[in-house]
Amino acid sequence: MLLERINGFPFLRNEVERLFGDAFENVPSAFRVIGPRAFPAVNLWEDAENAYAEAELPGLTMNDVEVLVLNDELIIRGERKASAPEGAAFHRRERNVGRFNRTVQLPVEVNAEQVAATLKDGVLTVKLAKSPAVLPRKIEVKG
Amino acid sequence: MVTELLNRPSEPARRAQRTRSEERYAPSVDIGELPNELLVTADLPGAAGKDIDVNFENGRLTLHGRVSSRYPENARVVAQEYGVGDFHRVFEISETIDAEKITAEYRNGVLTLHLPKVPAVQPRKIDVRTA
Repeated sequence: MLLERINGFPFLRNEVERLFGDAFENVPSAFRVIGPRAFPAVNLWEDAENAYAEAELPGLTMNDVEVLVLNDELIIRGERKASAPEGAAFHRRERNVGRFNRTVQLPVEVNAEQVAATLKDGVLTVKLAKSPAVLPRKIEVKG
Repeated sequence: MVTELLNRPSEPARRAQRTRSEERYAPSVDIGELPNELLVTADLPGAAGKDIDVNFENGRLTLHGRVSSRYPENARVVAQEYGVGDFHRVFEISETIDAEKITAEYRNGVLTLHLPKVPAVQPRKIDVRTA
């Protein structure tokens, strides 16, 4: 499970970040350098039946993004193309462009057949049905 | 040419600025200059077009987007890497802009502003009359 708390704040780390993180294993977490943030940042939540992942991908439509699910990993990848007009001189360039590829560990096992993703106003929302194996089963008590 | 008004200098974009009890985020922007206009492109994901306010007054450009929390009532947050809240950013523009002709478009979470420059006043040659 790649979920960990840094300064009390839960973060997800993908496998590549882990390679660098291990070098700081003996450093108290308050001083640990997190390094460049992976793109996109992802928020995860759940309710009784589903897990949800959300990422901000402004400027993209569903054609620009690929969402993949494998066991308990969610992969979000695609490309954000630069949209600079010809001959423009830039005073400021903060919006990142280029390819991105993020793997995120989900809190539960999900049913890859039941995943829905929508992208609206630059927000990607992925709804993943929890695998029946992890759903609580109600046991009838016979009296 | 275009300077930013910040409460605290060197505030990284997209970091929360706590104002009273609400959190506000500075959207990432690209500012480009063409011969006839300034082009401001800002990432404001999750704000519906009607919740975005663009204000230009006395050379000050204010961008504001109202965004509400997207967690449903019964959600249990597992991990949070970014916050969701209103966007706000202010710029001072020293270029003379034709305010009447500013256009704003919001698509897929990106706000694009065209700020046309006032055409340069041509130098006028003044004839000197001699009596």
